[in-house]
Formats: sequence, C-alpha cells, structure tokens
Amino acid sequence: MTHDMSEAIAKNREHQNDWRQYFSFSTDHKVIGVQYMVMTFIFFLLGGLLAMIIRAELLTPESNLVDRPLYNGLFTMHGTIMIFLWIIPFNAGLSNYLVPLMIGARDMAFPLLNAISFWILPPAGLLLLSSFLLPNGTAQAGWWSYPPVSLQVPGDQFINGEFIWIVSLVLIGISSIMGAVNFVTTIFWMRAPGMTFFRMPVFVWSVFSAQLLQLINLPSLTAALILLLLDLSFGTQFFKPEGSGDPIIYQHLFWFYSHPAVYIMALPAFGIIAEVLPAFSRNPLFGYRSVALASLGIAVVSIFVWVHHMFTSATPDWMRMTFMATSMLVAIPTGVKAFAWTATIWRSKLHLETPMLFAMGGAAMFIFGGVTGVMLAATPFDIHVNNTYFVVGHFHYIVFNTITMAIFAAIYFWFPKITGRMYAEGWGKLHFWLTFIPANITFFSMHPLGLQGMLRRISSYDPQYQGWNVIASLGSFLLGASTLPFIANIVGSWLYGAKAVDNPWHATGLEWTTSSPPPRDNFEEIPVVNRPPYDYGDPKYSFVENSDNAESNR
Amino acid sequence: MFSFFEYVLIAFYVAGLLIVSRWIGQQAFSWMPPQATAEAQRVDDLFSFLVSIGAFILLGLVGVIVYAIAFHRASPEDYSEGHPSRGNGKLEILWTATPTLLVVWIALQSFNIYQQLDILGLNQIVHLHTPLESAPAYAATVSDVPKPASETIDVFVKQWDWSFRYPNNVTSKELHLPINRSTRLNMQAQDVIHGFYVPEFRLKQDIVPGRKIDIVLTPIRPGKYRLKDSQFSGTYFALMEADVYVESLDKYNQWLAQTVSSETANDKNQAVAENIQPPKTLFKSGWHTITPPQPAIANQRKINNDT
Repeated sequence: MTHDMSEAIAKNREHQNDWRQYFSFSTDHKVIGVQYMVMTFIFFLLGGLLAMIIRAELLTPESNLVDRPLYNGLFTMHGTIMIFLWIIPFNAGLSNYLVPLMIGARDMAFPLLNAISFWILPPAGLLLLSSFLLPNGTAQAGWWSYPPVSLQVPGDQFINGEFIWIVSLVLIGISSIMGAVNFVTTIFWMRAPGMTFFRMPVFVWSVFSAQLLQLINLPSLTAALILLLLDLSFGTQFFKPEGSGDPIIYQHLFWFYSHPAVYIMALPAFGIIAEVLPAFSRNPLFGYRSVALASLGIAVVSIFVWVHHMFTSATPDWMRMTFMATSMLVAIPTGVKAFAWTATIWRSKLHLETPMLFAMGGAAMFIFGGVTGVMLAATPFDIHVNNTYFVVGHFHYIVFNTITMAIFAAIYFWFPKITGRMYAEGWGKLHFWLTFIPANITFFSMHPLGLQGMLRRISSYDPQYQGWNVIASLGSFLLGASTLPFIANIVGSWLYGAKAVDNPWHATGLEWTTSSPPPRDNFEEIPVVNRPPYDYGDPKYSFVENSDNAESNR
Repeated sequence: MFSFFEYVLIAFYVAGLLIVSRWIGQQAFSWMPPQATAEAQRVDDLFSFLVSIGAFILLGLVGVIVYAIAFHRASPEDYSEGHPSRGNGKLEILWTATPTLLVVWIALQSFNIYQQLDILGLNQIVHLHTPLESAPAYAATVSDVPKPASETIDVFVKQWDWSFRYPNNVTSKELHLPINRSTRLNMQAQDVIHGFYVPEFRLKQDIVPGRKIDIVLTPIRPGKYRLKDSQFSGTYFALMEADVYVESLDKYNQWLAQTVSSETANDKNQAVAENIQPPKTLFKSGWHTITPPQPAIANQRKINNDT
C-alpha cells in the first residue's frame, strides 16, 4: 500500500466520521440510511409518548385525563406515526444502509432518487405533527380513517386535521414508491460477480419481497386516499352513503395495501432475525433456501388476505370463507421460517450478546403473535374479538414484540459497522430486559381484555376491565422508560465507545469484509463471491482460523 | 440426526406437550364471558380448539429455544461452529407439511362451526356468480330466502344512540329478547358505520348506512347485558351502549304490554349530556365535535304508528 493511498483512506475515514454529513443532502446510501434511522427513531419516541398518554387515560374507567376529541386524535396519530414514520421508513433506512453492502454494490441504483425519497419524509412528518396546532385538531378517525367518520368535519374548516393527514400520507407513499423502485432495481441489477440469488443473505431476500409488495399494493392506498380527499374537500361522493358512494369500497382499497403493509414491516424484521441468529449460534442458517423462498411466499400470499380485516363489515359468506382460507395459508411460509430459526439454534454454540437477546426474544414473541394471528383468521372467533383489545394485543406482539425488537437487534448488531465503535454491552443487556419484560406485561394484558369484550378506541370503559388495564398501563410506562438506557448507550458509544474492528461478531456476509465504517464506495475493490451464505460451519471460511481481518477471508 | 435415546426423549416431550396444551385448551372456556346464546357455545368450542393447537406450537418451539439457552452456551472466545448442518430435506418437508395440515384442519373446523352459526344464512353463497350483473355490494345484506325467525326486532342506530322497535310498534332504548327463540335483528344505521356487539353473544355485525343488515340469534341465558358499538363512530364512541335483557317469553310479552301502556319516560342520552357538559379532564383540547342530535322520538318510549 503506497503512502498516498493510505493518506486517501485516512481522509476518507475522517469524512465518514464527520457528523455534519448527516445533515447534508448526500447521495451516499449509508448516509441516507443513517438519516432515515435517526429521524424515524425521533418519531418512534414521539409515537411512544402518545401511547403513554393513551395508557395513562386508560388507568381509570372514566374519561379524566384528556377530553374525548383529543383522545381520538392521540390514538389516530399514535398509529399513523408508528406505522408510516417509524417502522416502514426505519426499515427503508436499514435496508438502504445494508443492501448495497450485502450484495457487493457501490451504491443504490439511483442515488439521487434515493436522497429525494428520504427528503420527502421530514416535511411530511412535520406537516402531520402541525395538525396538533389547528383549531379543530388532528385527524380523529383512527389510522384506518374509515369513511363516513373521517369525512365528518366539525367546525367546517377547509384545512382540517383529516386533510393534513391525507396529504402527509400521500407524500409518505410517494417516498415509499420511489424507494421501492430503487431497492428492486438495485437487488436485481447491482449484485457483485458471483452473488447469485441463492447466495444472497435472507435479509436481502426479505427486503426484495417487501419492496415488491410496496410496488404492487401501495398504489391502492394512494388511490383510496386521493378519493377520500376529494370526498372530504371537493364534494365528490365516492364513499358517501347518503350519495351514491359506498364506504365499504374504501375498506377494500385500504386493506389491499394495509394488510400487506404488515409484511412490508415484518419481512425485514424476519431478515434481521435470520442474520443475527446464525452469527450468534455459530451455525449455518438451517434450510436457507426454504427460508429465502418463504419470504417470497409470504409476499405472494399476503396479497390475497385483505378481507380478513372486514369479516364483520357486511361481508358476504363466500368472501368470509375464502379469505379465512387464504389468511390461514400465511401460516405455512411463516411456520417454515419459525421452524428454521429454531433448528438453527438447536445444538449450537450460543453467544448471548445484546443483538442475539433481541433476536431470540423477537423470534419467540413472533410465535405467540403468529398463533393469535391464525386464531383471528378463523372467522367465527374473529367475529367475537374483532375490534377488541385482543386484536390490539396480537398486533402489538407483531409490530412491537417482534418487529421493534428485531429493529433493536439490528441496531446493536450493525452499530460497530455503522459507527466504527462498540456499544456498551451491559447497558445493552439492561435495555433488553427493560424492554422484553414490560413489553410482554403490556401487550399480553390486552388479550384477556379483548376476550372479555373490551373494545379498542374507547376513551372510557366499564369498571370490570380495570384490572388488566392498570397492568397494561404500568407495563407501558416501564416500556417507555426502557428507551432511556438505549439512548444513553447509543449516543455515548457513538461519541466515546471503544473502536470497533471490522468484524467484531466473526460473522459472514460481505458487509463484514469492509472497514468499519465502510469507505465512500463501500469496497476498495468489488468483491467476487464464490461461497454460499452463512458459512459458519465450514472451516475453510471460518473466521476462527482466519482472524477477523477481512483481507484473509477472500 | 438423532440417537435412539434422543428420539425417546423427544417422544416424551411431545406427549407432555399434548397433555399440557389440551389442559390449556380446556381452561380457555373460562377466559370468555358467560355464553348467552347458542352461537356462543360453538364459538367457544372453536376457541378452545385453537388455544390447544396454539399452545402446542408455542410451547414446543419456545421449549426448544429455552433448552438451547440452558444447554448450548458457548464460552466467550469459542467461535467454532455448533453443527455444520445446512439443511435436511426430510425435516424441511415435515415442517412444511405440519403447518399445512394444521391449517387445513383449523380451516375445516372453523368452516364447520361457521356453518352451524348460520348468522346471515349461507344461502348467499349463490351470489358468487353474479357480481358483475347486479349490485354486488348488496349481496351481503339481501338474502333471497330469509332465514326463519320467530321474532323480528328493528334496530336503529345513529351517533350516539341505539333504539329498538318491536313487532307491536313499541320503540324503546332497551333491547329485550325472549329466551330460547330465534330472533331476527333488522339493523339500520343513519350516519356512519356502527357495530352491533354483545360480548356474551359472541356476535358482531357492522351496520353500514344505506344497507339493511340482519342477523339471527338465539339467546339461551337470562340476564342483563350491555350492547356496545364495535365500530369506531366518532367523538362519543365510548358512550354508545344500551341495556340488553334476555328474559322468558312471558316476561318479554309483559314488558311489551307494559311499555305500550306506560307514560313516555325520558332516558338520558349520555352523549348529549356530555356535549352540553363535558367531563372535567386534566387536559382540554377545545377541539370542535359533532353535536349529537337532541333527544327526539328515539329518546322516548313511544308507540310508533307510522308503519
């Protein structure tokens, strides 16, 4: 290595560690990835704060903390923020950071488009939050925004909470579509020599499947929202029953996107679990091909299940039965994944560092959420618990206990790669236990409430439901507090943490072969891939013999 | 892959799981509210079945994970592999076939029970071939041959108020149902989508404005229940409840006769009361709300002569 080259590399590293780049219009997929992740985490904190106010109101049966319009605004904004400004864009950020590194590309296929898709989000998010300042407040019809309730505008202002809600969501949708085009193109065309489809990490497979779903299904939500806006502000009657419209059509259009949206959120989380489990159990991912194909299988099946959200919505019997059957089919590919994770852990050499704790915790909680999911697909049972806290509990087992836990696993796992520093292990473990236990207290309690018939979205309830509500609320306050050690750890370690080596976990995968943090173009030269993924058991490639130096591994 | 001894251990594990999950499934009946309709019994049977299977899968997989945590920990510096096995065709076929069979079993069981419920009448399935010819959206609500019922009650629902009209034209804010008789509820919503839901009945049906929707149910347990609005219906959603009485036919007829002859009694509509005087809350947004319609006909017990 010449003197000039090492100077250039040193300069590059200096640039990579300059915090100001994260506030600039960069086209580097890694900078954009970090921008996404940090911004969405702020929204996660905001959404969590709203949830804690909701839980505080539900400590007592009476309505005594916030008035009813505000309560309705709170749960509407909580759901909207968590789905559209936390999980989906966080996954976009993580995928942005990792996909080019994992497939051996220098950047995304369309770097400028990538930057634009990110920069749509901050204004859209701020716009959404600004509706708290309107005289009539935020949207109050829930994150589903079902008409006719969403079309009722008390006070008759043209610019109202619902209007702002629709406009922000359309903007966020445009950003997602741009991102999806970029991801699908990148994964299809930008893979390094030798990186065949069946050498791609499962994370890349799952991002590919999730982004295909975005392309196929998101236009339906965008259409529904535009028609809703026309009804709301311009006098059309697409969904108005007093005119010639039909509010049920909105539900079909809405769920045609918003059920697959659950998998757009969950697939990358499954991908994270499939990366972390093998690394910390020192086993190849068991049944790699079936797990990879199961990602596509989930994507395909989930397109045909949307009516199970509408079993009670004047849905004819034939539709109830058809969609009961298709909804249950999702259990097959997801079952394949869960079994494969378990088999990977079987007879392994477990290292229970923080990422592994979060990944195993997430996997176990997913099995619980999956079991209640199959119950909800069974129409006769769903008719009883539909719109009750049973659904809220099930849903949060998926979006919090599985997806958000997996996201934390990802943050800890790739933190050394992204920042070039190690996080503090003790604080990480504290964060895990402070998350895992309260998350189960909070969301488990919702299941008995729902079975007993407590409806979701009510601001006051019958006294018989108070016991479990108090437990859920106390759990949620602890859960809120659990983010404090996380923030302290991440900020502190980013600034002062010990320097990380290139591959602290002795993991396979191309992203670990480059420096931490990676240089501007990711790899000093584009790698040639000539081995299967997850080679933990193969002594030829094992890092044990080859130390953690990336060079010697090629 | 396994030794004989391990097969025996696994067999014991599975047998233990079967016993435990069956027991949990039996407990599931007590997690539900009392069964007040014939339909509720079927739904609870299905729930118990689902809980048994769910418990088996959950405990089975989590058990393996916990076992691994207990017995397969590596020392901090040991990065050698656990087992180099990348896959096992037989095992993968087995665990794809298992959820497939379970799903088929669950789906058949659910279909079977759904048929027994016969809430809207399965005869509507014949509409499958006509969605392009006639108004398809109404297939759910109009059935060619209405399911027979011994009693018919009209349910009117609007923001945030329930009212019920009985065969003798009495209108009340209470729902009275005779026990052990199938009763048809003809439901109509005025403004937004509402939902008919009594947890003890296990039945729920959205009521969509512009459509006539009916369900048939058979109460079997006398008592007082609460009817709730299951579909979010705006600001005072939480207040939208009504009392439901399941009583003997004699008592029911007696109540009907009494209500005809009694003076109109004012029932307090909570949403209206709260709109005038909101409860004291720590934070007040001051945001506007839709004003609930003032108490009118629906708010009084009255003989309705207009039909």
